[in-house]
Amino acid sequence: MRVVVDFDLCESNALCMAAAPEVFEVRDDDYLYVLQEEPPEELRDKVEEAARRCPKQAITIEG
Amino acid sequence: MAGRTIVVVGASLAGFRAAEELRARGHDGPIAVVGDEPHRPYDRPPLSKQVLAGTQPPEALALTPAEGSVEDLGLDWHLGTTASALDLAAREVVLGGGDRLPFDGLVIATGARAKQLPGTDHLSGVHTLRTVDDCLSLRKALEAGPARVVVVGAGFIGAEVAATCRGLGLEVSLVEALPVPLERGLGPTMGAVMADLHRDHGVDLRLGVGVVRVEGGDHVEAVRLTDGTVLETDVVVVGIGVTPNTDWLEGSGVPVDNGVVCDATCRVAPGVVACGDVARWPNRRFDQMMRVEHWDNAVEMGAHAARTLLADLDGLSGEPYAPVPWFWSDQYDRKIQLAGLAGPDDEVQVVAGSVDERRFVAMYGRGGRLVGVLGMSMPAKVMRWRPMVEQGTPYDEALAAARAAS
Repeated sequence: MRVVVDFDLCESNALCMAAAPEVFEVRDDDYLYVLQEEPPEELRDKVEEAARRCPKQAITIEG
Repeated sequence: MAGRTIVVVGASLAGFRAAEELRARGHDGPIAVVGDEPHRPYDRPPLSKQVLAGTQPPEALALTPAEGSVEDLGLDWHLGTTASALDLAAREVVLGGGDRLPFDGLVIATGARAKQLPGTDHLSGVHTLRTVDDCLSLRKALEAGPARVVVVGAGFIGAEVAATCRGLGLEVSLVEALPVPLERGLGPTMGAVMADLHRDHGVDLRLGVGVVRVEGGDHVEAVRLTDGTVLETDVVVVGIGVTPNTDWLEGSGVPVDNGVVCDATCRVAPGVVACGDVARWPNRRFDQMMRVEHWDNAVEMGAHAARTLLADLDGLSGEPYAPVPWFWSDQYDRKIQLAGLAGPDDEVQVVAGSVDERRFVAMYGRGGRLVGVLGMSMPAKVMRWRPMVEQGTPYDEALAAARAAS
């Protein structure tokens, strides 16, 4: 599984960080950092939730 | 579960996320989706912002699943179609044209509709904003370059429309019966901060006054206020709240009281669940009945209701749905976010940043507990401190922890 964030869409709403903190972190500079671009399969449910809850639909999952 | 038919009534965010979750959880029977608009499910928040401003095309609004395409979900669409009745005994949804859709499981996700100002039915130029068609109609009116836009109601829709209109260089009067904007959502103290934000940007705020009537022949000409002021205008935007779409359930036996009344798991009746703006349920985390009109709730409750429905069809109980509500609102270049609740009688304290700089975080306390975290353009901190709301952290402890981290 590969996580792709469209940073042109991302507005740092940080819902992804709440859903999958292992993968997404919005730091105090209010920018999103992707901690793991290819997270392990056991995180799939969390990453899918992050994608669904992104208000900008900026997250896609490949593979 | 093979072969079971599920009908989802409502083709917006909650219904769509419910359908997606049904597939994600292995439901392989037919799923019919009924929507009164002619469009496939689309995202509404940009309708008061980017699409209204003309910076995002409406085609970009289409909702997609977390993985794959909408087509992969294999949904049977009944678009441009209203549900007119529910026959629970026969387990059928009756459509406007008289057709009947039989179901084993039903998801009620009919949302809500914008309230209209009384006495404006005959007037053109009076807009509400709920659908993409509403948005395009309003955009056309704004493109004509009106001398003034009068926005009635300073809730989220009204405040966002006012901000978007100012961004387009239009003069805006924002009329609100309560003393401050967004009072219902943010309480009076932070509502006053929102009033300042709109004043910073040149909005003509008319607070604590109501609308006597909207005047005009065929087209709107003026709005007369309770303080005697007459605001001349040819575009009025009305954002005075919504009414849950429950008319079609009248006489069905489904309990309706300011929305469809669900149990703590989103279940309404055997094999029937509800979600999104139309659903009212007891949120055990806050020990109160809630009907939440926010985007994030539609996503989460849609998925939750789908899981409850599948459990119920298998003779099992669903899990309680007990979220901490979350919403955001973009106004001007500010991002307003609230995790939790914010009531008019709550204590409010700023714990990070500065109100004067319009960049801060405030915490709401009720009964000695932290119940809400509000941010203006500080998204990381709001989300980092949200778990303290989930845990019901004592208010003093939350304030101290936040200040120590700032």
